[in-house]
Amino acid sequence: MAAVQDGQLNMEVEKDIKTEITNDGSGNINANSSSPGSTSSGGKSKSPAGSGEDQQTLLAVLQFLKRNKLTESVDILRREAGLSADADDSPVSDSAGAGSGGVPNVSADGGDANSLLSRVSIATPFAPPATAPPKVVAASGGEDQPDVNVVLSAYSQQGDPVLYPLYYNGLKKFIESVLDCHRAELSQVFYPLFVHMYLELVYNNHENEAKQFFEKFSGDQECYYEEDLRILSSMSKKEHMKGNETMLDFRTSKFVLRISRDSYQLLKRHLQERQNNQIWNIIQEHLYIDIFDGMPRSKSQIDAMSGSLAGEGKRDANKAKVFYGLLKEPEIEVPLDDEDEEAENEEGKPKKKKPKKDSMGSKSKKQDPNAPQQTRIPLPELKDSDKLDKIMNMKEATKKIRLGPDNLPSICFYSFLNAYQGLTAVDFTDDSSLIAGGFADSTVRVWSVTPKKLRRVKSAADLSNIDKESDDVLERIMDEKTASESKILYGHSGPVYGISFSPDRNYLLSSSEDGTVRLWSLQTFTCLVGYKGHNYPVWDTQFSPYGYYFISGGHDRVARLWATDHYQPLRMFAGHLADITCTLFHPNSNYVATGSADRTIRLWDVLTGNCVRILTGHKGPIHSLAFSPNGKFMASGATDGRVLLWDVGHGLMVGELKGHTDTIYALKFSRDGEILASGSMDNTVKLWDTLKAFDDVELDDFTAATGHIHLPENSQELLLGTYMTKSTPVIHLHFTRRNLLLAAGAYNP
Amino acid sequence: MAEERRPKQCTVVLPTESMKAMAESIGVGQLQEESCAALSEEVSYRIKEIAQDALKFMHHGKRCKLTTSDIDHALKLKNVEPLYGFQSQEFIPFRFASGGGRELHFYEEKEVDLSDIINTPLPRVPLDVSLKAHWLSIEGVQPAIPENPPPAPKEQQKTESTEPLKAVKPGQEEEGSIQKGQGATSAEAKGKKDGLMRMKPRSTHELSVEQQLYYKEITEACVGSCEAKRAEALQSIATDPGLYQMLPRFSTFISEGVRVNVVQNNLALLIYLMRMVKALMDNPTLYLEKYLHELIPAVVTCIVSKQLCLRPDVDNHWALRDFAARLMAQSCKTFSTTTNNIQSRITKTFTKSWLDDKTQWTTRYGCIAGLSELGPDVIKTLILPRLTVEGARIKAVSDGPVVSNIDKIGADHVQSLLLPRPTLTVSQSGIGGSGGSRTASIIKVPSSLTLMSTRPGTPTQLSPPATKYIVMATSSGSSSTQQVLWMASICKISRTLKLSSSAVANSAVDMMKLALMRTATGKGDPELPLLQRISSLELPASEIAAQINA
Repeated sequence: MAAVQDGQLNMEVEKDIKTEITNDGSGNINANSSSPGSTSSGGKSKSPAGSGEDQQTLLAVLQFLKRNKLTESVDILRREAGLSADADDSPVSDSAGAGSGGVPNVSADGGDANSLLSRVSIATPFAPPATAPPKVVAASGGEDQPDVNVVLSAYSQQGDPVLYPLYYNGLKKFIESVLDCHRAELSQVFYPLFVHMYLELVYNNHENEAKQFFEKFSGDQECYYEEDLRILSSMSKKEHMKGNETMLDFRTSKFVLRISRDSYQLLKRHLQERQNNQIWNIIQEHLYIDIFDGMPRSKSQIDAMSGSLAGEGKRDANKAKVFYGLLKEPEIEVPLDDEDEEAENEEGKPKKKKPKKDSMGSKSKKQDPNAPQQTRIPLPELKDSDKLDKIMNMKEATKKIRLGPDNLPSICFYSFLNAYQGLTAVDFTDDSSLIAGGFADSTVRVWSVTPKKLRRVKSAADLSNIDKESDDVLERIMDEKTASESKILYGHSGPVYGISFSPDRNYLLSSSEDGTVRLWSLQTFTCLVGYKGHNYPVWDTQFSPYGYYFISGGHDRVARLWATDHYQPLRMFAGHLADITCTLFHPNSNYVATGSADRTIRLWDVLTGNCVRILTGHKGPIHSLAFSPNGKFMASGATDGRVLLWDVGHGLMVGELKGHTDTIYALKFSRDGEILASGSMDNTVKLWDTLKAFDDVELDDFTAATGHIHLPENSQELLLGTYMTKSTPVIHLHFTRRNLLLAAGAYNP
Repeated sequence: MAEERRPKQCTVVLPTESMKAMAESIGVGQLQEESCAALSEEVSYRIKEIAQDALKFMHHGKRCKLTTSDIDHALKLKNVEPLYGFQSQEFIPFRFASGGGRELHFYEEKEVDLSDIINTPLPRVPLDVSLKAHWLSIEGVQPAIPENPPPAPKEQQKTESTEPLKAVKPGQEEEGSIQKGQGATSAEAKGKKDGLMRMKPRSTHELSVEQQLYYKEITEACVGSCEAKRAEALQSIATDPGLYQMLPRFSTFISEGVRVNVVQNNLALLIYLMRMVKALMDNPTLYLEKYLHELIPAVVTCIVSKQLCLRPDVDNHWALRDFAARLMAQSCKTFSTTTNNIQSRITKTFTKSWLDDKTQWTTRYGCIAGLSELGPDVIKTLILPRLTVEGARIKAVSDGPVVSNIDKIGADHVQSLLLPRPTLTVSQSGIGGSGGSRTASIIKVPSSLTLMSTRPGTPTQLSPPATKYIVMATSSGSSSTQQVLWMASICKISRTLKLSSSAVANSAVDMMKLALMRTATGKGDPELPLLQRISSLELPASEIAAQINA
């Protein structure tokens, strides 16, 4: 294994990019890179959470490592932790299971973890070699029996199965009888209780009772849990629980409820009076009740936030400060002479670089107080061509149309014809000169949408004949014979689900069902690197707005941060409880947002690897994300056809846009952020007035502190326009620098 | 607690029979019932699991249709060998067979002859993926081009025209219903204000160059001389989904066209224009209600105008009147609401001019034709009571001194309209179309009547009450044959009763009234034996026709 080597490599990088974290980071690189066995070790070492359980968790990790014959890691970890050799023989219960069942939300707790553990979690991303079996997360069929049993151990204690419905009914009656203001809050308990009681029954082989229980009470659950209930209902035997991801999710992650103190007291008193230990046990063991002081929340407030696989995000999880401001733009002198025409001609050239969202550049000469330090994460230096491109961009920006409710953008729709249902992903370059499509037949196709054709660089032999001093050397290196409007890139062995252009238009990333992310050169139109590590389908990938870094996420529930010149990930963001369905960089490149099939959105700090926001409220898998150009807000779209708006700084939901009737696959803010465009499977593009949406939200200190917000019911007023396509689902949207909206989708006659 | 009761989560399990069948198919003979049950449960669970995963692939593939490759990928996730050879794009139907108390569903796997495959020419290479750009919207307005869906679906056109207050921005009607109860009042008030402010239609009435060309071509073809072209143009009007924008122009074209050509008595053009109206009505994507104010006057003109052609004594303008009357009836049926009251207004117009003594015979004919198309109720309440008066009038014309040839012809047509309606229906049932599809050249009485002689019905079936007569005449073909027979019988009766031949028409009407009274009083048929005798005479068709025309 090349683990040690990797470590060195990583350290070199660290030096290279002069990161601040060298102290912590490099120290741990050793610790972790020497544990090459599997990603599991990464997952494991991340699992420790609160400081109280640290010791025990650590032991669990040690035991796991030992079992997997990773003696080296064991030694190192032990040394680091200062444990004696015999300590790890103590019984391990919970945490081993936790590790096996998908990495629990470590990073959420990262903030309060003690120094050692936080260091561990920082370092872990460097660890796993590409060949590691993805045991951690997917809880595949090959999962060892013992681990599952550990996971399930909590269910071994059992009451009389016949009494379960009675218990549940009793609680139901009680909750129905309490005061209105508490009822909505306490009703939240029903769903997790129901699930755990059902699972207990199934686990203890009371198949019929379980079925009856399910039939009796499943109808009471909120309709947005339907998907999960369907999975539950199919699980009727203990054997089924083995390797079932959903089940493991329920078990390994505590369902988080937010309940006001008054309501909680009420519930507690009731249960204790009734000696209802069965329910009390479940609440204690499997639920995490986040108690807050103040007014109980209303039904609509609760409904807005609930719906995720594991309840709401804990309030603590969203406390960390997020530097959502934009980085200062490097000052480039804009030549004010009339070179416009010339510039126009050069526009299509695929050799200039341009970081995204710098349209705000001219405005923000001062450092934004909310912005991260310029050097918080090392960014690639600007090349000359990048500067040229920036100038271009600024020029274009001056011609930008100011959008608003009275000035809607024009929409140009790019239809993919004859795609035979095979179009799976689309991306535009920032300057809108190229369009790329990923297809189910494993190909990636790139089109030029300007008259400028796509050309390949000449072969090495031919290149050597070129006069390198000539002025038009960049022209000369291109092979005229290869000029064509589109190029096909072959290399993947499965449908291509994610695609992303680098900001400088030199590279293209694609992620595929085959578990790889590939980097393609748009100069030679060949594959440069295949990034392996996911091993399961990679649903999405995205370049950083500054280039160099990229993020990928997939079925293995771990998002990985990569740098293009490393074949191993720099960070691994683990914590989602189901597939990561979409990924996105924050405009300042310091944060990464991931949307997941567990119906949560998480925001990760690229520097520390911590999860800094958990946003709940969607009722279906999230398929699209978008940051506003100022970095302050985020929009997300899910299969439930709703768009939710978030305040990133406060970690709050600030709006809900209803109108679509099917999955939203595309979201994009206009260049100035006034308008949000959403594209959906229901064959429509809708435009929303985001300025108004953000204005309408009143944020006082209380709501900011508790996160209990009253959402204005104003989708109707915010909707500026709906545009039907002709049986063409909209799967990508893009605003050109002049605020023309481009949309793309495959025509399905 | 739950916002809405969802359909019950059901735990569907494969039948144990299937397990047995499958076991047999792989050579396991005797399978215990218990193991079957266990197997089926396990298999069902696994299948569900795989289906769930396959759905993921479908979602990420941005499709709404699950494909075999999704299943393959899901199997791959589970480390299961994918199923090879199930790459079919199309739906593969299950075949069903039963026998020996067993029911089997299976794929039909055909044996394929290799040499056949080799010898068949290669199929065409499928077209390569290509990229095409079009404007979905230009500054907030969706242009009406073929790449875009028809700008306003019929439903929306309907709401727009019938309930303008509810008409909102295009495509927004579905959200309207989502308005939450909470704060609905204020939101609604706002929405109304919004609606009022936005009443002005947001779609412009400028036509693109292509649309202008199209409009020119179509209108020229419709009124031009080439019948083939006209057919094509009418076909296009009747089927093209993108005509919404051009509708106002078409409507004006027709109304102006009628206005001019009525003055010029250009029958052919009027007919063409009416055919355009018909085509517009037939177009499933158009909702004409907004343009009725132009179309209805045009149509009504074609029904009741005093003169529609240069030589009213020779030209068959009656056909045009009939045709337009049917159009009128159709639009009444489609667009009449309690607010616009089209049907009653039209009925009033017709009745008024019919009742007027000074009305020309042509107009009279039109009014009656128009009324008679409006349905049994109208016929019953408006036409039947007037039959005697009308009969007298006809009699006056045909018996009295010859005033003018035109009046004579007019009276004849009115008479034939009142008399042989059923025969028309017969001839029509032969053509097989509904009221609207009748050709403009309606075959008149005599030839239709010949039908009768070929089918000597039994006059005993006279019995249907006379009130029903008209109803049936307009409704069903077969029963109307009987009515024809009856009608003819009446004529013959009048003959045998030695009534003056010139008064046949009048007497026929009287006979009808007689029949009415008779059935109303519930008495038997005094003429019955007589009728039987007449029918047994089996007169030749021409003779009967002659009798009626006499």
